[in-house]
Parts: sequence; structure tokens; C-alpha cells
Amino acid sequence: MNETLIFTVLTLCALGVVAAVALFFVAKKFHVWEDPRIDDVEKMLPGANCGGCGFPGCRGLASALVKADTMEGLACPVGGSQTMKSIAEYLGRVAEEKEPEVAVVRCSGSCQNRPKTNTYDGVSSCAVASSLYAGETGCSFGCVGFGDCVKVCAFGALKMNPETGLPEVDDEKCTACGKCVKACPKMIIELRKKGPKSRRVFVSCVNKDKGAITRKACKVGCIGCGKCVKTCPFEAIKLENNVAYIDSYKCRLCRKCVVECPTGAINEVNFPPRPPKEAGPAKPMAEKAAVATAAPVSAPVTENKGAEQTENVKKESEKVEK
Amino acid sequence: MLKTFKIGGIHPNDNKLSKGCAIEKMPLPEKVVISLSQHIGAPATATVAKGDKVKVGDLIGKATGFVSADVHSSVSGTVVAVDAQPDTSGVRKPSVTIAVEGDEWNEQIDLGAENIPDITPKEMMDAIAHAGIVGMGGATFPTHVKLSVPDGKKAEFLIINGVECEPYLTADHRVMLERPDDLLKGVAILCKVLSVKKAFIGIENNKPDAIELLTKKAAGGGYGDVSIEVVPLKVQYPQGGEKQLIDAVIGRQVPSGALPIEVGAVVQNAGTAVAVYEAVVKHKPLIERVVTVTGKSLASPKNLLVRLGTPVQALIDYCGGLGDNTGKVINGGPMMGRAACNLEGGVTKGTSGVLLMNDGEAKRKPSSPCIRCAKCVSVCPMGLEPYLINVMTKNGLVAQTEPLHPYDCIECGSCSYTCPAGIPLLDFIRLAKGEVMKIMRARKS
Repeated sequence: MNETLIFTVLTLCALGVVAAVALFFVAKKFHVWEDPRIDDVEKMLPGANCGGCGFPGCRGLASALVKADTMEGLACPVGGSQTMKSIAEYLGRVAEEKEPEVAVVRCSGSCQNRPKTNTYDGVSSCAVASSLYAGETGCSFGCVGFGDCVKVCAFGALKMNPETGLPEVDDEKCTACGKCVKACPKMIIELRKKGPKSRRVFVSCVNKDKGAITRKACKVGCIGCGKCVKTCPFEAIKLENNVAYIDSYKCRLCRKCVVECPTGAINEVNFPPRPPKEAGPAKPMAEKAAVATAAPVSAPVTENKGAEQTENVKKESEKVEK
Repeated sequence: MLKTFKIGGIHPNDNKLSKGCAIEKMPLPEKVVISLSQHIGAPATATVAKGDKVKVGDLIGKATGFVSADVHSSVSGTVVAVDAQPDTSGVRKPSVTIAVEGDEWNEQIDLGAENIPDITPKEMMDAIAHAGIVGMGGATFPTHVKLSVPDGKKAEFLIINGVECEPYLTADHRVMLERPDDLLKGVAILCKVLSVKKAFIGIENNKPDAIELLTKKAAGGGYGDVSIEVVPLKVQYPQGGEKQLIDAVIGRQVPSGALPIEVGAVVQNAGTAVAVYEAVVKHKPLIERVVTVTGKSLASPKNLLVRLGTPVQALIDYCGGLGDNTGKVINGGPMMGRAACNLEGGVTKGTSGVLLMNDGEAKRKPSSPCIRCAKCVSVCPMGLEPYLINVMTKNGLVAQTEPLHPYDCIECGSCSYTCPAGIPLLDFIRLAKGEVMKIMRARKS
């Protein structure tokens, strides 16, 4: 009895020793040297593995950073410039200064602004719906509203507003990883400069149809009248394919275009309310700004327009039609 | 035992409500919206401007590039707009809108001609290309491109697709019954262009009258050294798919990613063959087609000969109008057609049917989780694994679906049809197909 026990234990020990010796030599023979700095850099990164940098996870970026000679083109959008600075310091390089960015939803086609023309009863996915047809409204460029962007956001920065049917970005949580930009089949979401105090001015529309058609489909669409282009003192706005675009790096946030826009397609967010003395078209804008500041998120804002402004719009779209 | 294809397949109720209705000529509409992008490939470039007068058969869009097709005016009248107009799916496409005035035809069209002219295959091919003919089964691939056999390959057989496996549709069935001589002459022309001696006409067994008539006519001969054989096929969806039809008729399997010419076959639709006959013999471009307007909620289902560009609404009105209980209007058949959201969109070269579904039929089944029954795998005519492609695509692994060959999917919808859990498999496979093909193209270039 005793003998059996001793024999078993000894055999097992011997096997263990043999295996250990074999493994020791195998490990020596097949050892792959890896730069120890990769581990250190990986620890400095946020570890979200979101892929926002363009690499499959944080380790991918870490090894690319260690292998590269400069920091050019390599950045962690989640950690931001602070993280990149510390990594650059560790690697003995100079970090690239990058303006903080944020995802911006360029569509204000809420249920009120953009009436439905048909009902979609298929799969609740923006990608599927937009592969099948033009969409539930007259605007084939606008938000589909099934929240593909919300599904891919790893930081919970996007949520659907059930009232407007549009996604909203939480500035605080958004890390500008760009996943939502890729997920949106309509290419509505854009990464824009965050701006001082998160103040931004942007054209909240991507509709390339002619003014009259856009106007019919959506109350707050860009009709491509070009008024903003003429108004902008900094040449930050360009008009292409019937839609205006504001370059966030050229824009100095003067907000002249916001007042000028006949349809209210240009949104301003996180600005203090305008002085009440301004009359005319500026009036509803002031309300809008107030709403925007009340909500910390860059909500696409909807508001009722004054009769004056509607008149203005009519004239403008007639002009465009001609 | 009747022939059919070997992998997968389903048996939906065929619901051929309009099979007994002779083809009726649809009265001319007030205006037509002719899309310049009615085919696969580059849209045609408009050759007319606003205010121009056109006659029936005049060229209004010139093909741009190799894979493209000419577009002709289907009516006579004045061009009122050359711009982007929404099609039945609401997508804006370059189009020519013509206000109809009278019915004056281009002088070159000779409607009286009946005999195949004595011209070379090359000239016949040019006539087909200039007539703007595309595959009329629905895929709308330019016919002259399909007939251009690449160097080093040889066509052995021509297979005419008279299967019409889509439920409800009867357009090809009526064409085969009412125009058998034109069809056979078209087949003879196609054979000459391809320089093949043997042509098959594949017809499903649910059309015994067409099988009998064409067998009798074909046996009569008179088509030179071309022998035409009618092959009755067992009813099974999607037999009208090119690869399935080749498998059913000549028992050869087209490899994944390859074209039918790889196994020596060229497939053309029955309607296309008639259009080819008209183009070569009568110099008549493709300006009209037979459309089945059908559905259980429609007063009188019909087979209509419709000028291209006629608004779909006009067809429905002609057949009794939209019923109150209409849930969906489908452009095409119930299996592969797409729900239309804009009935002002015009009939195109690929519109084989307009189907009205009532509220009950139109509703999608509520979907529940996959129960791993593998029914989708057993019915897929391309031998794919729909459940796997679906779940991978849903979970963001589209790029990894490449080894599962989503690009082989013919979008027949058999998987979605058969799924007991009501999972919309095809929707996600179609996404994966698009994504994977994009990746493959990027890798190539």
C-alpha cells in the first residue's frame, strides 16, 4: 500500500522534472524578444481597446508607437493630448499637439421638422434600412434613426432622443474615437474641433438635393442659398453640392451665419443667450441658444420659427428654384 | 423524373393569379419618367435637353463605359426635364421626363419586318447594343456585355430562362404563350451571335401550356443549324437564378465567383430574347416591356405591355387602383422584389411585376432568437451558411465573413422565407455581401 503511494508520487515528481527541463530549453530556443517599452506604453494608454486610433486595441498602438521614429499620425483619441504627452516623454520624443475633437451629428431632421412619407418595418438597423431604400422621409440624406452609432459607441457618449428620433452626443463622454463616424451609413456624424468652452457652430445638414426639394422634405435643411458663405468674414464656409460646410478650424465663432441662415440649418451650441435687443430673424435664434445652453449636450435643437422667418425661407427657396 | 437544381430550394405557393390574362396594351400615360440608370453599370449620359422634341425610339441616353446601356424614348413628345428624379425606392437617379404628345415613331423602326436579316453576328451584336437591351428578368445586366464572350472562352450552349420561379409573376409565361415565334427567332439570333448550335429553353412544370406550345414550334425547325430544345423542369424556387438554371438544365456547376461562361453556358431571359428579335429584325429599341400587375387586394390582376417610364401608380390605377387594405406595393415579385415607397417612380427595363400585398401579407414575422435548426443552410441554393453570416455581421465581424462566401449570395430570400424564428437573414447577408466585395475590390486595386 505504502509502496504504491511512494512509487506514484515519485513517478509524478520525475515527470514534472523532465517536463520542466524540456520546457526550459524550449522556452530558451523559441524565445521572442519584445521591446519591454511596449508593455509600459500600453499601461499608459486608457485600455479601452476601442480601436479609435486605427489599431486593433491599445497594444497595437503601443507597439506602433514604440516602433515608429516620430509620434506623427499616432494618437490616442481617448487619452487625448495629456496621455500622448506623457508617452512622448517616456519615449524621449515630442508629442504632436492635437486640438480636442468631438463627434457632431449633422442632421436636425426630427419628427416635427421632417415629416414621414412612408413606414419602414424591416430590421432596426441604419445600415440595413439605408441599403434598401431612400428612407422614411423625403430626405434621403438625413438620419435614419435606428441608432447604429449608439450601438458602436464604447463610451456611452451617444444616445437616441426619443422625442426627436436623432442621436445626441454627450460632449463630456465623447472621446472622438470616430467609431460612430464609420458606423453611420449616411455619413452624418463628423469629428469637429471641440472649441473653447465646447462652443461650436456647424451646418446641421448634409442634404445635397436642390433647395426646393430639400425644403419640401425638411424644415431645417440646408437649401444651398449661399448666404452664409457671403456673410462669413473668415472664409470658413464653403458651398458644395447644394450644401454649406463650415470648416471648424477656420471658424472664429462669430455666429453671423447663424443669424443669416433662412432655414435655421446652422446650429450654435453652448453659447450664452444673445442680447434680447436684436429683432427679426435673430429672435428665434436667441431662444434656440437658450435651449442649447440649458442642455449640456450638443443637442440638435428644434424650435418654432416666427412667421417672419418662414416668409424669409419661402423667398429664399423660390430664388434657389429659379 | 424532371430535372431541377441539386442544392437547396424552397416551394412557396406560386399564386399565379394572372396566368390566364392575355397581355393588354396599357394606354399611354400623360408623362413618363425614364431613368438613365435602369441597368447595372454606369448610368447613361443624357443626349437630349429640356424642350427637345422626341419620337418613340429616339436615343435619349448614351451608354458611358463598357458595362452600360443606351436608353431610348418610349413615347413621343417634349422633354420637360432632365434631372434627378426619385425611383420607386425613393432614390434620386438621373432621369428624363417627357410629356406625351401623340404616338409618333422613329422612321428607322420597321414594325412590319418579320424575317431575320442576313447580317453578320457582329452587326447583330451592334444592333442589340444600340437597342439598349438589358437582362429583363430583373438583374438588368446589359445583354451585349453578356454576349461578349471573353478571349479564350467558348460558349457551348445558350439557355433561355423561361422559369419564372417568382410567385405571382406571369409576364414571361404570357410572352412565351403569345409570342412563341418571335421568341424562337430571338433564340436563333442569340445563337448566331454566340456561334452556338444548341439552345435550351428551361420552363417549370407549372406552365404545361407553354412547354407544349414551344416544344411543338421548336420541333418544326426552320432556325438554320440551331437546334432548340425545351426542357421541362420541376417546380422549385429559385430555379430562375442563373447558376441554378445551368445546374438544372445541363447539370454543370458554376464555381464560386465565376461567370456561367466558365462552364460554357450563356443564360438569357425569355423576355430578353423577344427584345433581341425586335431589335435585330425591326430595329426597335427596348422601349416597352410586359409587367404583371397583381396581388390579392387588386381588383383585376393583369399582364400589361407598358412603355418604360410609365409611373407605377398609373399601372395600379388601370388595374382597379390601390385597395384600402393594401399594406405594401412591391416592385418585382414577393421573394426578391423591393417595397416601393414612391409610386410616381417609372417602370424600368427590369420591372417584371408590381405586386400589391394586403395588410396581413405585408407584415413581417416577429423575430426571435436562432434555434440552430439549420433550415436556412439546407435551403440555400448557393450552399452558404446564412445563420452564421447573419450573426457575424450583426456582431461587427463583417470582415471575417469572407471565408463564408457571402458574395455568392443571389439574394433569393429562401433563408428568410424558411426561418422558423422569423430572422431577417437576407438583410444582414446582403450587408455582408456588400462589405466583403468592397474589401475584395480594395485588395485587388
